[in-house]
Amino acid sequence: MMKTLFTAFAALILSASLASADEIDPGNWDSVVRKASGQTVYWNAWGGSESINDYIGWVGEELREQFGVKLVHVKLDDTANAVAAVLTEKAAGKHDNGAIDLIWINGENFASMKRQGLLYGPGWVQKLPNWRYVDVENRPTITTDFTIPTDGMESPWGMAKLVFFYDSARTEAADLPDSADELLQWAKRNPGRFSYPQPPDFIGSSFLKQVLSERIDDPSRLLEPVDAKEFPALAKPLFDYLDELHPHLWRSARAFPRDYPSMSQLLADGELEITFAFNPAEASSAIANDLLPDTIRSFTFSGGTLSNTHFVAIPYNAAAKAGALVTANFLLSPEAQARKQDPDVWGDPTVLAMEKLPDEDRARFEALDLGVATLSPQELGPALPEPHPSWMAMIEKEWAARYGVAN
Amino acid sequence: MLRLAPAIAIAVLAVPVFGGLAGTVLPAFGYLPALGGDAFSLEPFRVVLGQPGLLRSCLIALVAGVVTAAISVLIVALFVGGWSGTRTFRRMQSLVSPLLAVPHAAAAFGLAFMIAPSGFVARLFSPWATGWARPPDWLIVNDPLGLTFMAGLVVKEVPFLLLMALAAAPQVPMAASARLTSSLGYGRTAGFLFTSWPAIYRQIRLAVFAVIAFASSAVDVAVILGPTTPAALPVRLVEWMNDPDLSSRFMASAGAVLQLGVTLAALVIWLLVEKLAAAVTMHLCGQGRRFRADRIVRQVALVLTALTALMVFGGMFVLALWSVSGLWQFPHVLPDSLSLSGWMKVMPRIAGPLATTVTVGLAATVLSALIVIASLARERQTGRTGANWTLFFLYLPLLVPQAGFVFGLKLFLTHGGVGATWAALVLVHMVFVLPYVFLSLSAPWRAFDTRYEAIAAGLGKSAWQTLFAIRLPMLSRAILVAMAVGFAVSVGQYLPTLLIGAGRLVTVTTEAVALGAGGNRRVIGIYAFVQMLLPFLGFAVAALVPALLFRDRRAMKVA
Repeated sequence: MMKTLFTAFAALILSASLASADEIDPGNWDSVVRKASGQTVYWNAWGGSESINDYIGWVGEELREQFGVKLVHVKLDDTANAVAAVLTEKAAGKHDNGAIDLIWINGENFASMKRQGLLYGPGWVQKLPNWRYVDVENRPTITTDFTIPTDGMESPWGMAKLVFFYDSARTEAADLPDSADELLQWAKRNPGRFSYPQPPDFIGSSFLKQVLSERIDDPSRLLEPVDAKEFPALAKPLFDYLDELHPHLWRSARAFPRDYPSMSQLLADGELEITFAFNPAEASSAIANDLLPDTIRSFTFSGGTLSNTHFVAIPYNAAAKAGALVTANFLLSPEAQARKQDPDVWGDPTVLAMEKLPDEDRARFEALDLGVATLSPQELGPALPEPHPSWMAMIEKEWAARYGVAN
Repeated sequence: MLRLAPAIAIAVLAVPVFGGLAGTVLPAFGYLPALGGDAFSLEPFRVVLGQPGLLRSCLIALVAGVVTAAISVLIVALFVGGWSGTRTFRRMQSLVSPLLAVPHAAAAFGLAFMIAPSGFVARLFSPWATGWARPPDWLIVNDPLGLTFMAGLVVKEVPFLLLMALAAAPQVPMAASARLTSSLGYGRTAGFLFTSWPAIYRQIRLAVFAVIAFASSAVDVAVILGPTTPAALPVRLVEWMNDPDLSSRFMASAGAVLQLGVTLAALVIWLLVEKLAAAVTMHLCGQGRRFRADRIVRQVALVLTALTALMVFGGMFVLALWSVSGLWQFPHVLPDSLSLSGWMKVMPRIAGPLATTVTVGLAATVLSALIVIASLARERQTGRTGANWTLFFLYLPLLVPQAGFVFGLKLFLTHGGVGATWAALVLVHMVFVLPYVFLSLSAPWRAFDTRYEAIAAGLGKSAWQTLFAIRLPMLSRAILVAMAVGFAVSVGQYLPTLLIGAGRLVTVTTEAVALGAGGNRRVIGIYAFVQMLLPFLGFAVAALVPALLFRDRRAMKVA
């Protein structure tokens, strides 16, 4: 009896040490694919949009068929929760076999994980076979995420740009605002018809950064870290703006929509007149899915709107690193990227460079109808850079203290 | 083996609750070695008390607890008093009973879809009566005072308390009292409140306490209907628990202790309300007034009871309609087009959560039923019914706020290396399922005519044979109903599933709430619809199986 127990115990130890010695090498892709087969990848990704959840479901099916990888979408309402989970595991000494294999991430959460050493890498991203198609040259946000170098620790997945939507059946196009200041005037003329998701919702916080980017005296200041001492003076233009805007918001700013899909619902109901999202094709996608009427159109500010890239990253203690690598690579494939850009599916813009693609793959993108409500790349206006992550943290904190408590 | 059953039952209930409480209280005072908290301090409380809007968050939870209970108890008392024994009463009773099976979250979504400015009620009257071509900018759902939040709780607690009161009623000579008071010239309602109600209330008191505990610490209903600037305390606890800054765990634990205090305060306030109500009743009684003209009170009680049923059923209907709707813009009463595309899309993805919901629910229910039956059989053997303190253990998980001990339990499990496993989830669900199974089954079990068993024993059958051949088959209907109740409780669990499942084990309930209060109404409709369908299926099984089993046993048919 004791002997059997001992043998079992020894076998357990052996297999555990084998697993850790069995490091994977992203450079040897064949072995990565071999190891990935049979693995289960827990992908923690925001789960608030049905079209995105559908797309992730499709990715799961493809991965199972093509690589024998089982993908489980762990739906988050805030990516910070996944960061907290990895951090808890690290604090508890769980350096292997973590619960999360892949995270949909960018900006402050990436910066936080990178700073605390919670990420796998660096350098695995450039070794993905599909990396050769990525538009590194023309899209600086692919290698610099919210001013933080990505160092090959997160793999690009899609492009984002702040775009506004309105219903052309109700709202005159000539009347639309062309800047944050004009938006304020518009809200005063149309009380109760504009709002933004309650921070720390990602899109809500992004709206605040857009306003700050337009109104701060020296925009270059946003690209550097900010500390608590200088923040109040620098962010004053933003909070002055919000103080003036809030009385004219939907529900007089005593309640806020939960996220951008909620805003789309309110736009469909006629409660809101101007909404926005971080995806230029959001409206076309919503029309295709019967969520919005086909009279919805898009606009942006001629002075530019925030623009960034979103990524996937692998925690340092992920249990299925090979499976996560295969997933990240599949997400970069022309097949997956083209499907993602289809407004009938999701409409999220690709990170690939068209000129780098083989002809038949380029044809997949050229065949896409981007939809009536999607602006062409030329109409999207200039791209404003994302501020350093420290800004977002401070803005959210200050927002909660000022407006998160009823008065 | 039977001898161990009561001990197992108490262990299932008490170990997670007390263990969880310890896991909450220690970090609240700064002790959690895994996160570097080695010394006791009051720092976590200092941090939590410094949170913006904390007082208001606490007040919302406190007021929700007391007001929800007060309104629900009042509606139930007036309705039972004004209408018991009438045909209207029986009709309402059969209308309200199924509401018990509707999970809180589904009822809350249904209510939101009914009463939002762009909701079904507004559409019914727009634009012809209201003149609204577009929804008015009224803050109804998520209002800062939490009125809609409390309404969402009331529509669920009225059926619960009504059924508890009905279960207690047979032990009170209501009809005789009513004859007596009416012969003395008292109005129907007053006669009931002066004679029968105190006796009934005494029996449902623990259930009322459970309502207060639930309302003051509810997370799912508060997320859907409650205020957001700031949110009620239990909602903020979940946010702190998930904060990427690990030091927030100490603060969250201190907040959970604060939550215990808020619930305790709500219960203390309720004890004062009880005293006040008793004093007022005694005073009115002593004045000798007869309150004969109680027609308006009776009508109001009927309307309010009917309204709670109408809101939930209407909400279910609207949820179902949204789940198959194409574009459906305000102020159209019906969708512009119908489409099954929502269902087609969601079906493949709902399979996983559905399987988890069903398997966890079945496992928790079957295990709980086994323990309960064994305990009751042991009780029959020894001839001792449980003392008061066993009732206390039964109600323990219902009285201690979930947020108060599930957090601690989660910390224990995480730092003890137990991840989000199916078995852990079943065990945690059992903590909440077992009390309800026991409460539903104990009355019919104890009321069983023991002469059947005496005859069996006289014919030389052993105790086991009697149990399996006589008692269990004859009580199969009661057992199945108790299990259906337990299954419904398991399906409705939100916070324990969210925390213990940690996103890996998701049920239709956690999915429904995660998909958002205001997001895609089709998807919410589908999930909430499935969420309420499951308990109904459970009750359907409980009704159909005995009917099939006893199809040639006339005396076993429902009268």
